[in-house]
Amino acid sequence: MDMRGSPSAASLFASFFRVGAFTFGGGVAMLPVIEREIVEHKQWLSTEEFVDVLAIAQSGPGAIAINTAILTGHKLLGLRGVAAATAGVVAPSFLIILVIAALLPQAGQSPILNGFFMGVRPAVVALIAAAAIKLGRKILVDQFSILLAGITLAISLLLNPHPAVLVPAAALIGLGRFFYLRKREQDSPS
Amino acid sequence: MILLQLLVSFFTVGFFSYGGGYAMIPLIEREIVQRQQWLSAREFLDILAIAEITPGPIAINSATFVGYRMAGVLGAVMATLGVVLPSLLVIGILSFLYIKYQGAPWLKAAFAAIRPMVVVLILMAAINIGTRTIYDTYSAVVAATALILMLKTRVNPILLLVLSGVVGVVLF
Repeated sequence: MDMRGSPSAASLFASFFRVGAFTFGGGVAMLPVIEREIVEHKQWLSTEEFVDVLAIAQSGPGAIAINTAILTGHKLLGLRGVAAATAGVVAPSFLIILVIAALLPQAGQSPILNGFFMGVRPAVVALIAAAAIKLGRKILVDQFSILLAGITLAISLLLNPHPAVLVPAAALIGLGRFFYLRKREQDSPS
Repeated sequence: MILLQLLVSFFTVGFFSYGGGYAMIPLIEREIVQRQQWLSAREFLDILAIAEITPGPIAINSATFVGYRMAGVLGAVMATLGVVLPSLLVIGILSFLYIKYQGAPWLKAAFAAIRPMVVVLILMAAINIGTRTIYDTYSAVVAATALILMLKTRVNPILLLVLSGVVGVVLF
């Protein structure tokens, strides 16, 4: 039904392994890496589909990186895709922590590792900001979306509400608008 | 049976952690340190430090670490599985619904409203993490350089992370 080829389970695993290996700081920090890999490089998802996946990923329990892997894997390759993508995104942390737990009880005190991550953290912030700007250019294209983004920004800065509240609220606004517009269309004889 | 306990405990952590990342820390602390007493408060802080400086979600890192400490490699597998299972169940169901109703106009309308909000959520994450992370000239310069490179060139984000990390090793 679409022109983009379906990936193999192995390439899904490899892509999400890369994502898992470079997710520092958790949460949305992996977005730039995943966006680059899945949307720009492999073109497995469109920008809109990617943002949909992010919205659903933040509506359920668990880490965003894992939820994104589950959704992307399912969409591209069904249950086999879920298994491949989830295993891929979990494997790097699992293996690294296993080695650390087994060999290095004092790993938290390594000056080289600490220096490395002192350098990485500001860059991570920039990557996240760049992802927001890039996605925003494609998503905020009409009055409705710009207005909604402005309201969300104001509410977020003032109240810092949880995404699990914001996503359903936005869904209700979208549904309300849809049924309002449809009713108006039906009521006006054309 | 410690393996089953690990599975159940981390299933609880995974199930009630919404938003991921730092939102999970209080949950893990309550279940693992206070309730099960598998770790002391000090050990828990060590794990957080390790989780900070290694890739991957904090929930996975602490599950693997605690599981290994309690019951070796098999314990690590059970704890990690436990923390991932709730996501697989809940997100799996949501994903089926999304794909089933993908073409429906009402679902398209809902996502038309959700998308701008997600963009703002990502921006807010950058702002929230930035206020904690960018506090001196050095970090501001790194952040600004990385932002310009990401927007103006097609530089690989992974390469950018590794380079900024190397700069950090040299400077600190």
